[in-house]
Amino acid sequence: MEIISYIFLIIGGLFYLLGGLGILRMPDVFNRIQAGTKATTLGAFSVLIGVMIAHPEWWLKLLLIIIFIVLANPIGSSVLAKAAYLSFDKPKNLVIDQLQDIFGGEDND
Amino acid sequence: MKYVATFLVLFVIYILLAGFVIDELILGALIAMILTLIIARYVDYKIDVKLPYRLAVFGFVYIPVFIWQLILSNIDVAKRVLSIQIPLNPGFVKIKTELKGDFAKLILANSITLTPGTLSVDIKGDTLYIHTVDVKGNTAEENKKHISATFEKILGVVFK
Repeated sequence: MEIISYIFLIIGGLFYLLGGLGILRMPDVFNRIQAGTKATTLGAFSVLIGVMIAHPEWWLKLLLIIIFIVLANPIGSSVLAKAAYLSFDKPKNLVIDQLQDIFGGEDND
Repeated sequence: MKYVATFLVLFVIYILLAGFVIDELILGALIAMILTLIIARYVDYKIDVKLPYRLAVFGFVYIPVFIWQLILSNIDVAKRVLSIQIPLNPGFVKIKTELKGDFAKLILANSITLTPGTLSVDIKGDTLYIHTVDVKGNTAEENKKHISATFEKILGVVFK
C-alpha cells in the first residue's frame, strides 16, 4: 500500500517538474500558462491521491481539495490569460487572432 | 427547495472539513444558514425527476472522459516541453456553444482549459475565446469539432 502511495507522489512530483520546465522553456506567456495549469492540476491530483492511499481516513477532505483545485485552477489561468492579453504586446508567432473581435485590437490600458 | 439544497451542500462541506463534533455541528449549521441566505439567489439548478440520471451521466461519463483528457493533455505538454525545438502553431480562435446557463458554460470552459493544447480566455454570450497551441481550422465550426465537441455532447445531457 505504501509503495503505491509513493508511486503516486513521485508521479505528481514529476508532473510538477515538467510544469516548471514548461514555464521556463515556452516562448510566450500564453503557452507558459497552458503548461503551468495542466501540469499543476494533474500533479496536485496525483499527490493528493498518493496521500489518500497513505492515509485513508482523510479521503473526504482530500477529495474536497481536489474538487476545489479542479474548479479554481482553470479559472485562475483564464483570468491570467485575459489580463496578459489586455496588458502586454501580442506574441509575434500567432497564426490567427479572433480575440481581436471583442478587444478591438487597439491598446486597452 | 433551492434554499434547502444549498444549505445541505454548505453544511456537508463544513462538516467534512471540520470534523464530526457536536460544537462544529452547531457552528456549521449557523454558518451554512447565513451563507445560504446570501448566495441562494445566485444558484440556478433545477431539481426534477431526471436529476439522478443527469448526475449518473456526470459521474460515469463526464468524469472519466475528463480525467482521460487531463492525462492526455499532460503527456502532450510533456512531449512539447521535452522536445528540442518546441512545436508551436498558436493562435486565438472562437467557438460557439449551445449550452445555456452560467454553470454549464463554466464547466465547459474549465474542461477546455484542461484538454490538450487549449486554454479558454473569455466568454461573451455564447462565444468562447480560446488560445490553442496548434490551430487546426479557420472557422468557428471547424475549431469546434477539434476542441469542444466531445464535452459539449456530454454536458448537453447533464445540463438541460
